[in-house]
Amino acid sequence: MEKQTCLYDRHVALGALMSPFGGFIMPIQYTNITDEHNAVRQHCGVFDVSHMGEVRITGPDAERYVQHIFTNDVSGAPIGQIYYGMMLYPSGGTVDDLLVYKMGENDFFLVINAANIDKDVAWMKGHTDGFDITLDHQSDYYGQLAVQGPEAEAVVEEVLGIPCSELKFYTCLTLTLSKGEGTQAATSPLTSSSNCFTPPLEGTGEALIVSRTGYTGEDGFEIYGSHEFTQKAWDKLIESGRCKPCGLGCRDTLRFEVGLPLYGDELSADISPVMAGLSMFCKLDKPEFIGKEALVEQKANGVAQKLVGIELADKAIPRHGYAVLNAEGETVGEVTTGYHCLSVDKSVCMALVKTEYAKLDTPLSVQIRKKVFPGKVVKKKFYDKHYKK
Amino acid sequence: MAKFMEGLRYSESHEYIRVEGEYGYIGISDYAQHALGNVVYVDMPDVDDEVTAGEEFGAVESVKAASDLISPVSGTVVEVNEALEDKPELLNEDAFANWIIKVQLSDPSELDALMDVEAYKEHCKE
Repeated sequence: MEKQTCLYDRHVALGALMSPFGGFIMPIQYTNITDEHNAVRQHCGVFDVSHMGEVRITGPDAERYVQHIFTNDVSGAPIGQIYYGMMLYPSGGTVDDLLVYKMGENDFFLVINAANIDKDVAWMKGHTDGFDITLDHQSDYYGQLAVQGPEAEAVVEEVLGIPCSELKFYTCLTLTLSKGEGTQAATSPLTSSSNCFTPPLEGTGEALIVSRTGYTGEDGFEIYGSHEFTQKAWDKLIESGRCKPCGLGCRDTLRFEVGLPLYGDELSADISPVMAGLSMFCKLDKPEFIGKEALVEQKANGVAQKLVGIELADKAIPRHGYAVLNAEGETVGEVTTGYHCLSVDKSVCMALVKTEYAKLDTPLSVQIRKKVFPGKVVKKKFYDKHYKK
Repeated sequence: MAKFMEGLRYSESHEYIRVEGEYGYIGISDYAQHALGNVVYVDMPDVDDEVTAGEEFGAVESVKAASDLISPVSGTVVEVNEALEDKPELLNEDAFANWIIKVQLSDPSELDALMDVEAYKEHCKE
């Protein structure tokens, strides 16, 4: 039985197509994927991403612990900084990819994939020996909204009254909702001192986390709060008419076009970040982290398979699991994600192929049902990101 | 609301066939195009390919998923609707006017196993 997010009733009332994803029953689309995709590229969309998991790590050894389980380097980070990276098995295979928010000294907020929540929490708890930390699993407390698109900053500021214009890419601030007085900035040195907003949201004293992050390749914000806050904020955003409700269908087309990986497709227990081309998020100059030795070995000796982009000459759509063939017709890989790319009108995919076929312009074909469609290796970023940094 | 057209025969997998003499025009129903959403690609067989009742002969792709096309009859493909190669969205605009393949029937008795419009309407309610 799938879980519902705190916005389930609202999705149903909006007529969304609901489908299971990562253990939750989630909205796939409200109108159609193309319109929602374009709304995020051109204006603004809001996603219910309350299915994502949250874990708070605090205690005297919190930083040392995060350094141990996480591939990126959070040492000496300023408060409010956010890092993308992975948790790895000793083999170098990926447990999950995640964001780590530095909330304070020895205070970290980890955001993990819905489908991996139970596995990740068990993994984290299994590696706490020798660390004086408190691990607080908070997924059931937090709702999460992602407001994404070139107009996201204006929408978040004007509709929600959250001062976010000075927030830098991959940083966060915390806000306290104080009763009757709307939002007040608190605890974060990154917070804007501006108080010229008329916040429409009455608070209950709870703390929100707001970050300039997302999974669409556009500017945007992710907002973590209680279920009550998440419901109120969603209603404000939808009522404003400035923000289109967007489902997981376009979340996938958006992230795919800009080459962002999805765990289960481009990363897995069998796919290391080196194979997926994500080495830049793995700091091998750190003293240690779980999986480091395997990555060092992979960097030194090479990997058998690599993730590439493939562009097809025809419009047929390569889907997850379809076979990738070389010029001789031998299977040399498999499609991980593919679409007819909405922003550039081409059929493209990401695929895991034998390393000798990973060079740019290598001719590779994809078997789509009974036919073989020719194509070639291209960069696995089919559309440029438009972040505001 | 999905539209239904009289005078066609329908399959459980939502293809229709319009019979003219020894030929049949096969497409997807309006109900099917609604369920699919924006069609972005139609995978069609080649002329002279054989199709078999109950077996896949191509696919209709929306952004999110590919749906197999199942032939309601057996026969030989004599024409494919080439307009769909460049404008797959024609299926969304008018699914009944835009057939996908024209087939020379090899066994017209197979038509008896298909639904008329009233039976198909009931099928779509299930």
